[in-house]
Amino acid sequence: MSGVVAVIDYGMGNLHSVASALEHVGAEKVLVTHDAEQILRADRVVFPGVGAMRDCMKEIRRLACDKLLADALVAQHKPVLAICVGMQALVTHSEENNGVDCLNLIPGEVRYFGNPLTDSAGNRLKVPHMGWNRVRQVRSHPLWQGIEDGARFYFVHSYYVDVADRELVVGALDYGVTADAALARDNLFATQFHPEKSHTAGLQLLKNFLGWNGQC
Amino acid sequence: MALAKRIIPCLDVENGRVVKGVNFVDIRDAGDPVEIAIRYNQQGADEITFLDITASHEGRETTVHTVEQIAENVFIPLTVGGGIRTLEDIRTMLNAGADKVSINTAAIHNPELVRDAAERFGSQCIVVAIDAKRVEDVDGKPRYEIFTHGGRKPTGIDAVAWARKMAELGAGEILLTSMDRDGTKNGFELGVTRAITDAVEIPVIASGGVGNLDHLVEGITLGGADAVLAASIFHFGEYTVPEAKAYMAEHGIEVRL
Repeated sequence: MSGVVAVIDYGMGNLHSVASALEHVGAEKVLVTHDAEQILRADRVVFPGVGAMRDCMKEIRRLACDKLLADALVAQHKPVLAICVGMQALVTHSEENNGVDCLNLIPGEVRYFGNPLTDSAGNRLKVPHMGWNRVRQVRSHPLWQGIEDGARFYFVHSYYVDVADRELVVGALDYGVTADAALARDNLFATQFHPEKSHTAGLQLLKNFLGWNGQC
Repeated sequence: MALAKRIIPCLDVENGRVVKGVNFVDIRDAGDPVEIAIRYNQQGADEITFLDITASHEGRETTVHTVEQIAENVFIPLTVGGGIRTLEDIRTMLNAGADKVSINTAAIHNPELVRDAAERFGSQCIVVAIDAKRVEDVDGKPRYEIFTHGGRKPTGIDAVAWARKMAELGAGEILLTSMDRDGTKNGFELGVTRAITDAVEIPVIASGGVGNLDHLVEGITLGGADAVLAASIFHFGEYTVPEAKAYMAEHGIEVRL
């Protein structure tokens, strides 16, 4: 049973696609909200994000979404899924916008892909990293269930996450550098890619999230 | 390289119906945009582009509603273009469920719109559409110029320099259409495709002229495009998206199968 899923809305872009994808895979009720009561009462929480990091962090703090997220994660121990900029916001610091302090829930850095960026054969790689890339499932996790190792997910980002504790990395991405594509710690799962835009593999991951009890 | 080259079916929509004409005249009705978008999503298209060619204001409201319906049923990225003039227009389309918005003529009248939009909404959702046409060669080298009004009105702007400028202002992607080829089924204009893909760091979608699967392959291998966009070959059932992908894979192109 999925129960109520709260998608934390801090006003940065359209969250309907996350909500409609969750509904499509069987969520009983999805609330797109920054209301503390609703998030407190939800059974699971999605922490999305699009746009530039400075603006995101500003709005996250202004609407006290940092506290709501920490409550869901630590105090209430609910299953939490962070997506894209939502994942980047979890770490210590981002290089974007000349440097932004993030939530520091996971020690780590958000780095620029670099310009010029090349693959191991010396071919030029475009930035932003936009499109469908393979995710290596470097660790097993309940949210990978039914998804082939190396399945492609949809990415769109110019900055990537590099966490200090490599034990937390469950999905890796190769694009000039090796970047963290998915992280997991206790009841938290985070993806750099957009599961809601990743067709079959992405919908399977969301379905797995709805059935997840928050244990690794 | 592991990043897949993308295949993007394009829906040219007028008053709520998908249409496609040769060089924008002799428009043929291809059906309901929501049904068609769902079909391409099921077929494994990598993205969908929705270009609104409706002229009237009333028609625009229909467009927002159609975009909403597509977004609710399609779980791949959706780009919406056509008539986007202001930050408010962009917000309306993003709120309706578009993942990216394509800006064309408005960028020519006001290039700062691209910068403002990228700052406000992020580069990842700002696509600049460039309609290029080959003009007189300079020193024996082909030159491409931006045209507006469906390829009828020259602007004097060099297409390659413009692409570079748009990338500098914060565009996240370029949608390049050859107005010489659009609707002709003679294949992409590879000269301008290669010139622009070499000139910018951001991804480039090649568009205009796809008539068979070899054209898709050429757009990637010779044109250097990151994605290929096509309309009529898919709408009228000549090829399916899986057929196109299988063919590209046979030719050594990484695709999402």
